[in-house]
Parts: sequence; structure tokens; C-alpha cells
Amino acid sequence: MSELPLLKVHELSKFYGGRIGCRNVSFDLWPGEVLAIVGESGSGKTTLLNCLSTRLTADVGSVEYHMRDGQYRNLATMPEAERRFLMRTDWGFVHQNPADGLRMTVSAGANVGERLMAVGERHYGRIRETAGDWLGRVEIGLDRMDDQPRAFSGGMRQRLQIARNLVTSPRLVFMDEPTGGLDVSVQARLLDLIRGLVQDLGLAVIVVTHDLAVARLLSHRMMVMKDGHVIEHGLTDRVLDDPREPYTQLLVSSILQV
Amino acid sequence: MSDLATYNFAYLDEQTKRMIRRAILKAIAIPGYQVPFASREMPMPYGWGTGGVQVTAAVIGPEDTLKVIDQGADDTTNAVSIRAFFQKVANVAVTTKMREATVIQTRHRIPEETLTEGQVLVYQVPIPEPLRFLEPRETETRKMHALEEYGLMHVKLYEDIARNGHIATTYAYPVKVEGRYVMDPSPIPKFDNPKMHMSEALQLFGAGREKRIYAIPPHTKVVSLDFEDHPFEVQKFAKPCALCGAHGVYLDEVILDDKGGRMFVCSDTDFCEERREAGHVGELGVANKEAAE
Ligand SMILES: Nc1ncnc2c1ncn2[C@@H]1O[C@H](COP(=O)(O)OP(=O)(O)OP(=O)(O)O)[C@@H](O)[C@H]1O
Ligand SMILES: [Mg+2]
Ligand SMILES: [Zn+2]
Repeated sequence: MSELPLLKVHELSKFYGGRIGCRNVSFDLWPGEVLAIVGESGSGKTTLLNCLSTRLTADVGSVEYHMRDGQYRNLATMPEAERRFLMRTDWGFVHQNPADGLRMTVSAGANVGERLMAVGERHYGRIRETAGDWLGRVEIGLDRMDDQPRAFSGGMRQRLQIARNLVTSPRLVFMDEPTGGLDVSVQARLLDLIRGLVQDLGLAVIVVTHDLAVARLLSHRMMVMKDGHVIEHGLTDRVLDDPREPYTQLLVSSILQV
Repeated sequence: MSDLATYNFAYLDEQTKRMIRRAILKAIAIPGYQVPFASREMPMPYGWGTGGVQVTAAVIGPEDTLKVIDQGADDTTNAVSIRAFFQKVANVAVTTKMREATVIQTRHRIPEETLTEGQVLVYQVPIPEPLRFLEPRETETRKMHALEEYGLMHVKLYEDIARNGHIATTYAYPVKVEGRYVMDPSPIPKFDNPKMHMSEALQLFGAGREKRIYAIPPHTKVVSLDFEDHPFEVQKFAKPCALCGAHGVYLDEVILDDKGGRMFVCSDTDFCEERREAGHVGELGVANKEAAE
């Protein structure tokens, strides 16, 4: 794809009063690249993800996004209307808890169709057809299209949330523990699905996880966080097979021993 | 005499009326936009049209003639008591005749006959926020209006079609005003929606409990939301009014007996009476003697 980064992150910091949320994070994300952010609980993964996706305002630093028109834009200074439009067209956000990312009281079809309607699609038949296609891609039967996600299992809800995000063909998707809270067998199936979609669509993804197996399976690159800092950053295989930092070595050995 | 006799003209003090008028002027300047106002306690419970009553109190003058309708009728308890209230506190002329009225306060209907220049139609509004049903957070709905993010309105219509095969919303059918704000027209039947479009009259909406006023100035575009393949349609009635024979008007079902007997008659009682006085007779109507003579 393009040889320019999709996202340019420069010295990003976020503080909660005197406490560090994340500190001095810099990196580039490339189109089609999957970046995993790993670390123990409280290390700042969610804080960083939310700052990147503009759900939180960083205190220091900048995030620049490569718009479809070829320009880089500083997300912090982008007008709110434009930023919200970007978030529901060119971006996706998959929450750990599907209820945070879905409308639980409207049908699966409407959940997927909402973004289309938000960008002006006004043909019911076409919306339905597109929603049906996407439900199929995340392995939800057409017979469930008019059911509300309240009636879905945790795994189905998560797949629905993914379809709802991908329907506008975004280029960048943020995921916060997308497989958290699911059974191991359900997790495996969901990871497979995500991996397939990411490859087919050439999506760039920033995925937060405390599960190194998820990072191994999905990501090209990973960042290890501790106390708000990125302490190690590299190709996923390199970091997992040959960790340099003592903390990462500990993290890796503890998972491999399980 | 009651205590009300000692109140200011139209019950509210001049300060309060000025505050409400300012909200009304702002609402007129931004058609379809919900303007917050400091809704006052009125000598009637919420749900009895306190929003509409405050708007009427703020715009009515001694020269005005007031008509009050409730579901199309002038003689329900609600309509009678609001009319009596303004007779008492403003000593204004009242009427049931649509054409004689300069101010019409309404609950749930727009008169059948076309409103004309100089008339003011005041709607009683229970829930002013059309986005509320899917987005309960007020901070979020306000942002959606500000940024013109109205996709959610179509989600509601989508659900309607998915569930019923057609848009089943028949009351409080959402509209877009002057190409900008999406507005809840209050629980009028969608049959009345086209009457709001390019009306010569000034239309004011008052929500007492929710403390909101909004407006449609004369000659404003009002478009009902829909899908290309499921266009907006008004209710159609199989038969004309059983009493006056009118076609293309909104009809109410009236139960005649406990054996399933029923008839459909004009919901706008004033309109129906006038037609009968003019000699029109429906299937079950009795010919008007004077007109026949
Ligand atoms: N809203 C907040 N107010 C104050 N402190 C916060 C807030 N959110 C997070 N923190 C603190 O910031 C640090 C980073 O938290 P964050 O939620 O980003 O960690 P995390 O890596 O996502 O953890 P987990 O794996 O448990 O989700 C923690 O010390 C946390 O207590
Ligand atoms: Mg977290
Ligand atoms: Zn009639």
C-alpha cells in the first residue's frame, strides 16, 4: 500500500491529576498494520488507546492522521463535526463490552445499517442488503437480522459490533480487549474471524490486550507498556521470542509456562 | 370571583411573558430548534398543556380571539378548561370557529381547514426531543442537533419497516424543518404533517415539563422523513365522514352500540358541524333542517 504512515504519534502523554495515564508515547502506524498494545492491568493501555482515538484528550503531544485526501491532520485541532464524521466512517472502535458499542434495543440489521444511514443512505432495501452481507461475513445468520443483540450470545454480540464498525469500510480500527470476557473456544473463533477480516480488508488495527496469545495471533508489531511508559516496542515475533527488557522477559516467561 | 381575577393579564407577570417571548423570538429565528425556557408553574398539572398555555399567555392580546382544541374537539374537559382559563385571566373572546380565531391552542390535531396569514397555532408538546427514544442522554442529543447528525432518526424508521413491513409510526412523525433541524411535531397524526409545510400561519410549540419552545415560522419547509423506497404517506380512510360526507379528512372511530356498530366521523368537530350546517350529509347523518328549508 502507501509508503506513508496512517497515524503519526508524537510524545503523547495523559495525566489523571498527579497520576500518569500514559507518558511520552511516540510511534507511526502504517496502513494495513496491526499493532498490539500489551501490559499488565493499570499499565495505561486503555488510556493510550483512548487518546489515540480522540475519546480522551491528551495533555501533551500530537496525533496526526493521514486523511483520504492525502493531507495529515492533527486530530486534537480538528473541528468536532469533522472528527465525529471521521470516527464513524474511516475509523472503527470495538469495545470490550459489546453493550458499549451496540444499540442493544434495536435489531442487528439496524445496528449494522446505522452508519450507512448516518452518512446519508436513504434506500431501505440497499441498507438491508448491505447489512445482510456484513452479518454473513461475521457469521451471523440472516434469520437473526431482525433480532435485538439482547438475544445474542457474548460472541455473537462481539461479531455484530465488528460488522457494525466495518460496514463503512474504515481504514483504521481500534480494539480494546476484543476477546476479553469470552470463553476460550469462543475467543479462538473470534480471533480467527478478526484475523481473516483484517487480512481481506487490509485494515490497520490498534488492539489493546493483556493476552500475549492474542498479540501473537493478530499483530505484526507490539508495544509493551508498564506504568504508563512504552518499555519495549518491536516486531511481534521478535518481542515474544527474544524480549530485551527484563520486564518483558518476565511477562513472556509467565505466559509460556502456563 | 375567583382568586385568578387578581392576576396580571393572561395570568403570567410581564417579566415572565417577556422571558417567554424572547424564547419564542429565538425559536422563530431558528426554525425547528428547541429553545430552553424557564417554564413556570401553572394552575393546572403537567400533561394538561402547561407549555402551550404559557406560550399562548405570552402571545395573546386583548384583541385576540382564542380557540382551543383537543384531539380535534372543542368540547373536551381539557379544551373547555383552558378556554375558560383564558376567558377568566385575559377576558379574551373565545370561539370554536376556526376562521374567527386568531390564536388556536391545540393538542394532537391541526384543523382541517387551511390556516391563514395572521393566525397563530400553539401546540401542546409532551416530549419535544425526537432523538430521545434511542439516545436518552441529553448532552448527546444536543450535540447531534448541533452537528446535524440525524442518522438515528432513520434507524427508528428502519426498525419500523423491519418489524411491520412499512413505516408504522402514525403519530409524532418526525420532520425536518427548513432543511436543518429534525423536529417532533407533537403527537399529531402524520395525516396532519403536510399541513405544517409552507403554512401561512405561525406555529409555536410549548413543552412545559421539559421547558422547551420551538417554532415553525410562516412559509417554512417542513418535510417528513422517509426512505426512497418507503416514501412518506398519510393515512387514508376507506369511507368519507359518516355525518358530513367529507373526503380526505382525518376521521375518528365512534362506537355506536355494544354489538360492534361503529362509524367514522371527522375528528375536527368544528369543521364537521360547519359542513352539516351548510347542508352536507353523510351516510349516517341527519339532514340539517334549517339548511334544507
Ligand atoms: N478516569 C481515570 N481517573 C483517574 N485515574 C485513571 C482513570 N482512568 C485510568 N486511570 C489510571 O491510569 C492508569 C492507567 O489506566 P488504564 O485504564 O489506561 O490501564 P489499562 O492498562 O487499560 O488497565 P486494564 O488492563 O486493567 O484495563 C491506572 O493507574 C489507572 O488507575
Ligand atoms: Mg484497559
Ligand atoms: Zn364530518
